[in-house]
Amino acid sequence: MKRQRFTPLDLLKVKEPRDQAVSDAETEASTETFAELEPCLRDRNGQASALIELLNRAQELYGHLSKPLLAHLASELVLPLSSVYGTASFYHLFRFQAPAAHQLVVCTGTACHVKGADRLLAVLEGDGGAGLELSRVRCLGTCGGAPLVVVDGVVWTHQNAASLQQGLGGLPR
Amino acid sequence: MSGPGATAVPAQARLCSAAGCRACGSEAIRSHLETSLAERGLAGRLRLRRVGCLGPCGAGPLLALDPGGARQGSVIFGGVTRADADSLVEALAAVRLDSWEPQAAQRFDQLHPFFRLQRRIVLENCGRIDPESIDEAIAAGAYVQLKRAVASSSPEAVIERIRRSGLRGRGGAGYPTGLKWQSVAGRPGPEKVVVCNADEGDPGAFMDRTVLEGDPHRVLEGMAIAAYAVGARLGFIYIRAEYELAIAHLRRAIEQASGRDLLGDVAIELRVGAGAYVCGEETALLHSIEGGRGTPRPRPPYPAEHGLWGRPTLINNVETFANVVPILREGADWFAAIGTPTSAGTKVFSLTGHVRLAGVLEVPMGTPLATVVEQMGGGAPGGVPIKAVQTGGPSGGCVPAKHLDTPVDYESLKELGTIMGSGGMVVLDATTDMVDLAAFFMGFCREESCGKCVPCRAGTVQLHDLLRKHLERRATAADLEQLESLCHMVADTSLCGLGQSAPRPVLSALRHFRGDFLALLQPKASAVP
Ligand SMILES: Cc1cc2nc3c(=O)[nH]c(=O)nc-3n(C[C@H](O)[C@H](O)[C@H](O)COP(=O)(O)O)c2cc1C
Ligand code: FES
Repeated sequence: MKRQRFTPLDLLKVKEPRDQAVSDAETEASTETFAELEPCLRDRNGQASALIELLNRAQELYGHLSKPLLAHLASELVLPLSSVYGTASFYHLFRFQAPAAHQLVVCTGTACHVKGADRLLAVLEGDGGAGLELSRVRCLGTCGGAPLVVVDGVVWTHQNAASLQQGLGGLPR
Repeated sequence: MSGPGATAVPAQARLCSAAGCRACGSEAIRSHLETSLAERGLAGRLRLRRVGCLGPCGAGPLLALDPGGARQGSVIFGGVTRADADSLVEALAAVRLDSWEPQAAQRFDQLHPFFRLQRRIVLENCGRIDPESIDEAIAAGAYVQLKRAVASSSPEAVIERIRRSGLRGRGGAGYPTGLKWQSVAGRPGPEKVVVCNADEGDPGAFMDRTVLEGDPHRVLEGMAIAAYAVGARLGFIYIRAEYELAIAHLRRAIEQASGRDLLGDVAIELRVGAGAYVCGEETALLHSIEGGRGTPRPRPPYPAEHGLWGRPTLINNVETFANVVPILREGADWFAAIGTPTSAGTKVFSLTGHVRLAGVLEVPMGTPLATVVEQMGGGAPGGVPIKAVQTGGPSGGCVPAKHLDTPVDYESLKELGTIMGSGGMVVLDATTDMVDLAAFFMGFCREESCGKCVPCRAGTVQLHDLLRKHLERRATAADLEQLESLCHMVADTSLCGLGQSAPRPVLSALRHFRGDFLALLQPKASAVP
């Protein structure tokens, strides 16, 4: 038997409240189409509860959440722009500015903290971090390699000030 | 092809492909081994397999070597290098795999306390099967219990078995799982939901990640059984965005299982978070699944009555669901006999911090902390004495070294002013400054407070400032007094568990290491009583 395509809200018979008036008034028409997001929107039938999924997908696609993008999502999901922004800004992982060329994330979770994450931060906040965009994360869940940093998506485990400085020296800038 | 040393069952190398070992470069070693074996025409004599976590992640990349044939006794090697991989291939070519000794890698046999003292129930398949292969999961028994339950047990009978097993929630609070299932089952109407909490926000905790990466079908089956028992047709897994590999494995597992119609009537959806610790709290988590800000709300009503979109909702932790299959398979009495009378079964812990062997292990409830930390973990490196063990993350506290004989169960840890929590265990050696650690956790809660209620939003800021004042040696006895009373106020008046438990690391440090605080007070002021 082939299962019918449905979305969770159909199954639960949920009607999402919509505020068409607010939404239209607040949302400025944008010239960009964000066509890459279309499949994800279609998958979710434009349901407001898909907002976080769409924001995640959009950030994956475009690197950050621009103003026109937030406006686009507001109009597609028929939500006030304020609530789209309100949700996006609640979560640490969403960013509203385009990322820099190199991303450096320092884990400041418990295991990394007790094993000297502060000393890594000191290197990065000094000259070591020039030209890098520095951010922090609270535990990657790979604490066996503590203390660690993530450089452009690659995890560098068991770091110390010297090894980090050496590793950063090898990055093309 | 068959070489001179080929046996019916070829030897196999199981390579850990979980996030911890990947971060140590395991994938490069694996592909190097794969190419070398193929080039030398040896691929038929050593079966290379990708498996979930093998345990001592701190010593990654890890490789388990099974001798093949009728021979028993796997050996696990840690810190495997490219040169080790080359010498392994040489040994295989020369038919002396049995006596292979790597140059760099560390050897652990199964008698090492880290392995010998474990009792793996939740993790029974983890490190043995390829988590991306549903066939391997099925060969290991996946979906048998679901099928059997649906075919021959009533939902009430399933709930009764879970209740009798004594299983308690592994997400932190330890609420009896059977009772929770009963209360959702007792709600009228067909539109109910089952939610799996895979947010695992405590820094230093990675038990749930290990289970999801290593044996995702185990969790799906547990959820589907729960859905049958409470009468739900829809399930959500809410997982933190940081867990990329677990997300990938889960997505694949859901596709495979629903593609083969193994989940019965239940549809399971994955929802990925976006970085907010408070979303691990159940009401905040539900708001986040609904697509909004992850702010908690007062309970009651509990999710069992009023959950996702107002529907009765069962919410359990990953490890809780992962215990369901063995309970149905082996029986409630079997499970209840493991552990202690009030804390049945096993607990998975992630052991990190100042410890020789960091990683994931599973022990019966009631195992003394010292066994885990000193025997299994090998104590702190460099022979430095242990000062304390932190449990329960930002909602927990520490157990000082003199109490390391404490059994790990819900009640014993509570008596000492900490909690079991979800299973993060951070070992702290004598060099650790407990005031710094208290300030660290408070800084965490300050950042993660959702801002909805005042005691938590403003209280965590004040508490953090007071702790910083101590660290900077500007504090007086009056500040210490204020710190303590503010802790109680925030704990008593906050809306959700985040604020209510945020002061616990401070109160615990004050209880066991008051001297660390007193030593930082301004000299004159500290003389004042
Ligand atoms: C601030 C806060 C964070 C929490 N984080 C988690 C978490 O990451 N994972 C989890 O399973 N439970 C977490 N919980 C507990 C959940 O609210 C809930 O009790 C649990 O998911 C219930 O499942 P269980 O009965 O199987 O333990 C958290 C609670 C609080 C107050
Ligand atoms: S604390 Fe850094 S990875 Fe867990």
